[in-house]
Amino acid sequence: MTDEAAQDGAGAEGSAATPAPEELFGAPLTRSGGQLVLHPSREQYPLLLRTLHEAGYLSIIDLTGVDYLTHPGRSGLPASVAPERFEVVVNLINHRERARLRLRLQIPADDARLASAIDLYPGTEAMERETFDMFGIEFDGHPDLTRILMPEDWPGHPLRKDYDPGRIPVQFKGAPANR
Amino acid sequence: MTTTHDTPTNLAQTDEGAQELTSRDVIAGAERLRELGAVLRLSEAEALDAELAQAPDEETMIINMGPQHPSTHGVLRLMLELQGETVLRCKPVIGYLHTGMERTGETLTYLQGPTNVTRMDYAAPLFTELAFSLTVEKLLDIEVPERAVWIRMLMTEMNRISSHLLFMATNGMDLGAVSMMLYGWREREEALRFLQEVTGLRMNHNYIRPGGVAADLPDGWRDGVLRLLDMLPPRLAEYDTLMTNQPIWRERLQGVGVISAEECLALGVTGPILRSTGYAWDLRRDMPYLAFDEVDFDVVVGSYGDCFDRFAIRLAEIRESMKIVRQCLEKMPKGDYRIQDKKVTPPPRARIDESMEALIHHFKIFTEGFKVPEGEAYVSIESPRGELGCYIVSDGSSNPYRMHVRAPSFVNLQTLPHLMHGNLVADAVAIISSVDPILGEVDR
Amino acid sequence: MSRESRPEGGLLDAGLEGLSHNFLTGTLEELVKWARSHSVMPATFGLACCAIEMMAAGGPHYDLSRYGMETFRASPRQADLMIVAGRVSQKMAPVLRQIYDQMMEPKWVISMGVCASSGGMFNNYAIVQGVDQIVPVDVYAPGCPPSPETLMHAILTLHQQIRDGELTRRPGHGAGIVIEQVGAPGSTPVALGRN
Repeated sequence: MTDEAAQDGAGAEGSAATPAPEELFGAPLTRSGGQLVLHPSREQYPLLLRTLHEAGYLSIIDLTGVDYLTHPGRSGLPASVAPERFEVVVNLINHRERARLRLRLQIPADDARLASAIDLYPGTEAMERETFDMFGIEFDGHPDLTRILMPEDWPGHPLRKDYDPGRIPVQFKGAPANR
Repeated sequence: MTTTHDTPTNLAQTDEGAQELTSRDVIAGAERLRELGAVLRLSEAEALDAELAQAPDEETMIINMGPQHPSTHGVLRLMLELQGETVLRCKPVIGYLHTGMERTGETLTYLQGPTNVTRMDYAAPLFTELAFSLTVEKLLDIEVPERAVWIRMLMTEMNRISSHLLFMATNGMDLGAVSMMLYGWREREEALRFLQEVTGLRMNHNYIRPGGVAADLPDGWRDGVLRLLDMLPPRLAEYDTLMTNQPIWRERLQGVGVISAEECLALGVTGPILRSTGYAWDLRRDMPYLAFDEVDFDVVVGSYGDCFDRFAIRLAEIRESMKIVRQCLEKMPKGDYRIQDKKVTPPPRARIDESMEALIHHFKIFTEGFKVPEGEAYVSIESPRGELGCYIVSDGSSNPYRMHVRAPSFVNLQTLPHLMHGNLVADAVAIISSVDPILGEVDR
Repeated sequence: MSRESRPEGGLLDAGLEGLSHNFLTGTLEELVKWARSHSVMPATFGLACCAIEMMAAGGPHYDLSRYGMETFRASPRQADLMIVAGRVSQKMAPVLRQIYDQMMEPKWVISMGVCASSGGMFNNYAIVQGVDQIVPVDVYAPGCPPSPETLMHAILTLHQQIRDGELTRRPGHGAGIVIEQVGAPGSTPVALGRN
């Protein structure tokens, strides 16, 4: 299946104008400025990672989140994928073929969770913790899902669009004039 | 006079709860496994058995190192579990320099963006600017003029030299070779002098911007480069005498902090750490950006994946960068230093004096900024520490909707439990130093 | 006074006449302040970009040891000057205060760079908007990052302040600042330092 799908993807490159939805590794494929982007569903994700790992994508180079709460509308999604508030963006790299692949996973706001990639890609440990810290997306199966950048008792997730970016007001109390 | 440093309330304020290394009784097996650094080495069950057989809980000690510690390169905090002098588990606690730059980046225009990102990796600021600018240019779908490309190459390679010189200095200092620290700083000042000549600043240059660079190379820049190129080789030979060929130095670094290529790939590690294992992977050669496919240089690899290889690779990379700089000198084309696209580029200063439209145009570009088409892009470059990527989501306005930087140090820090496991606590400093983390980039 | 004409026996036998050099007078307070200003030992408190410039100032080109300042102490117990070099995050703030409390009196603080002085360009959730909300600051060094020359000027300004200032300044109560986070849901007041 892997080889077929890869050939499909390669074959479609020549006829990018065809309206039929492209697929690669069983997930809808789009192109963003020449970069390959896959849009798997959340359920597909663990299996897809296994397929990709076997296909030579040995490193997850980056994993991060995006909060599309106030975005006026995404044009990059294929028709079969329903937009949700959060996206988890995963960048994989195939060193042997010098190829990159990006996964964009739609995560609904009322159930912000995703399977952890840590079994196959132990390097996602810190990145998933950061995404949890900044967006509140939980990763099932992560052994140590705690805040990584913010203090432990911090309320809220700072990179969410409904989180106030401004400073936290600090008040002085009883500072004696000692100078 | 009483002191308060040891009162319980004060201690509670610096407590980070579950982010810290906890006793083995209270955490699950998978987390312990990570802290042991046993990924890919042992199965989970084997690791736990081995660990328990080796060291009963009451014979070990958890110590805290940092966040204010002279050898942790900034505000890195490490928690180590020791049995005697041997490190069993290690957990980095980070976030002490979290600056919210990704959030601040959403409030700045694309033209102001480099000001923000340049403060991430403060030892190699031009690289973050370059990654940001390349991503914005990808979204805008524009090509910068050839001279700008070569200026960018020249400047980033000079910056790589200064960054690696900084590594030489701090690595020497961490291991007690204080003369090396003085030498490293001395040479770095010379490299910074050139950067200052061109960009006006010693650090945080804000020089590479979307559409090109901020200013053309000044008169006499060739002399500045040549001076450095003539000065460095004998000084690097001095380093070889002082460090590379010195038995004490080799003794302290060889065989310390070993990692394999498979572990590096699984952990997503890039840069000198990956290359030290013998895996030749350099984005400049393997996925060329700018004009790196037109210059001739070697990708330096090690063979043992230990601290000494990482030191030697960085020293050799200074020489490779000098090679590239020399080729930039020869091939530097004439032309514009920024794109002549009215949408992105402000009008030249002379035009503002005579034309009202130019003044308005100038004003609008610097207040409103330029609009970038809706979309998303990820572009990565090879920074001195590994793959430095920038992911930008645009919503069609003049500010990024989301700006994320894939910082190499952030990922590379995950190797610490692997490198530390089984080593002596005295080698911990050598290992941290050889990973060369820049905390501004780790915490962003 | 030439050697031949000097009375034998020094101070004890001949009084002030017995001295020809090595002779100073002054108030004790002035002498203590003079001595203090020439042996300030900074703690290595590098946080961000400014720390690199702070280290560069200690390097061979700028040579901070000219001012008797080159002994950066790793332990706050041995230091009497904290150079806050870089942005202070909300997570770092309690740590910074704890280190300040561990330093012995007399102690001084230089806030190096705009991030430490006022939050700089990072006016957001993560950065403390000025380190003077946590510890009392004596000298602010502007710049982003301040060049080593600026840091040296800040240090010389501090030396001047020590020479001109009061001998005893903070009688054992730290800064006595209490900081409370307002508006953050579920937060409890954070009392830093002594009440």
